[in-house]
Amino acid sequence: MADLTRADVDHLAHLARIDLSDAELDRMVGELGVILTSVATVQQAPTEGMTAMSHPLPLVNVTRLDEVRPSLTPQEALSGAPEVDEQRFSVPRILDQD
Amino acid sequence: MTQVSTGEALMAYDEVVAAYDPVMGLEVHVELGTATKMFCGCATTFGADPNTQVCPVCLGLPGALPVVNAIGIESAIRIGLALNCEIASWCRFARKNYFYPDMPKNFQTSQYDEPIAFNGHLDVELEDGSTFRVDIERAHMEEDTGKSLHVGGATGRIHGATHSLVDYNRAGIPLIEIVTKPIVGAGERAPEVARAYVATLRDLVKALGVSDVKMEQGSMRCDVNLSLMPKGVAEFGTRSETKNVNSLRSVERSVRYEMCRHGAILAAGGAVTQETRHWHEDTGITTAGRVKSDAEDYRYFPEPDLVPVAPAPEWVEELRASLPEPPAQRRKRLQTAYGFSDLEMRDVLNAGLLDLIEESVAAGATPAGARKWWSGEIARRANAAGQDVSSYAVGLGVGPALVVELEGLVTGGRLNDAMARQVWEGVLDGEGSPTQVADARGLQLNRDSGALEAAVDEVIAANPDVAAKIREGKVQAVGALIGQVMKAMKGQADAAAARSLILERLTQ
Repeated sequence: MADLTRADVDHLAHLARIDLSDAELDRMVGELGVILTSVATVQQAPTEGMTAMSHPLPLVNVTRLDEVRPSLTPQEALSGAPEVDEQRFSVPRILDQD
Repeated sequence: MTQVSTGEALMAYDEVVAAYDPVMGLEVHVELGTATKMFCGCATTFGADPNTQVCPVCLGLPGALPVVNAIGIESAIRIGLALNCEIASWCRFARKNYFYPDMPKNFQTSQYDEPIAFNGHLDVELEDGSTFRVDIERAHMEEDTGKSLHVGGATGRIHGATHSLVDYNRAGIPLIEIVTKPIVGAGERAPEVARAYVATLRDLVKALGVSDVKMEQGSMRCDVNLSLMPKGVAEFGTRSETKNVNSLRSVERSVRYEMCRHGAILAAGGAVTQETRHWHEDTGITTAGRVKSDAEDYRYFPEPDLVPVAPAPEWVEELRASLPEPPAQRRKRLQTAYGFSDLEMRDVLNAGLLDLIEESVAAGATPAGARKWWSGEIARRANAAGQDVSSYAVGLGVGPALVVELEGLVTGGRLNDAMARQVWEGVLDGEGSPTQVADARGLQLNRDSGALEAAVDEVIAANPDVAAKIREGKVQAVGALIGQVMKAMKGQADAAAARSLILERLTQ
């Protein structure tokens, strides 16, 4: 596996919207690298002829009927919101995006 | 932040198409008309109070488990089949990860490299009657996002910052995204092809009955990718992506605008920036949105909370067999059956009257009569009210049965055409059924043949010049005399009877 670079970690931090200081970045390059290397041992498992799976059970086509079920009340729905206005979740606007 | 700049250079359209070939890619989102959301049982009613149709699943609360709506899958397959696509025998949902408050889970459940339908095409009829084939890359299932209300510069807020207010009623409503392959070879007709494609797709989806496809309500939305390549060059140029173009007219205009904008940039030796563009309906221009960058790194991976979708081949074939007649084919069939001219048919289609006419004919009206009554006064009133004729008619409680009744009053000899028009106006004013209106207004042809004969003789005597012309064979002059007979009988004459009587008197 290719080594994790400082730029990779910086990019990931940006995608995850986490501010990392230079010192933290340096530390994370090392720590994440160790984690990746450890997980990479999984790749040594003999998987030839196996289909990659995304669900632990061999199920397909689990669906439900198109029937309305009760929703939460707006009070319940908004109860965990830090800020509420006009029965809506109030969030800081993300600038420079549409 | 949107900066509206109007000063971008544009190249004349003729010059653009002389020097460049446009390449388009159209992405259309169709909101399905299911009763519930894609992955939970919340209702999907349009216009409900904010955050009244939400639950732990569509709010992305911890531990919530999504389950796919069976009708969502069925609708996706039917759309795929109608677009001549192959249907995947096995496919999965994927998480599209991004941070934006319109999706509380921090990802949108979508499909990535395993769409349910792929490799199709849609034949699109252009104004001149020719057909342009648009190849379909894929149609995949996903979910809609919440609706943000941007509150600008409100005073009294703690940080004085601008906030957004989010309503998650729409989050999780099933969407089908239909993506074309690059559309090349349309040349100067690119704007028309784009519009015709979206219109054809809209008609098709509507005929399937899986969505109301109301562009003005956002249940069908279009993103337009466009680039230019110099004539003779086969390599695509850098594209822009104009988001949320939400009317047929805007699809056409935005393609045209972007072609002229790209043309000016390229001709000046510049490079087009790969970015999203905002379409401004009012000014007919686009402005720069976000530049495509690492924000496009969505880190897709298979959704572990949902199991794969594996539609049985027999079921897919059942769905294929039950597809409705394609709209273009239906239009041709009905035009022939009804004997409408191309011009009449175009007017009927533009006014969205074909369903009403078909229903009226099925109920017993003549095609010509159905066309006349649905495209006259009611179309004018619906237009003034900013509605399409069918919804307007439903609002008034006016349906095909009333057209049949009105026509019956004419063919039965009770009303002439002018009277029928008055009666129809009365019906639209809410005065009752055609018979009730005719009764209430005392409208009734004078069937007294003696009265008609007297009026005809009187009019012939009073107009010797006109009578002489008709005797000489100028039959078209009869109209003037019919008008006078009508006047003499206070509008209650049967015009056809008056005509034959005048001709009988003067030519035999």
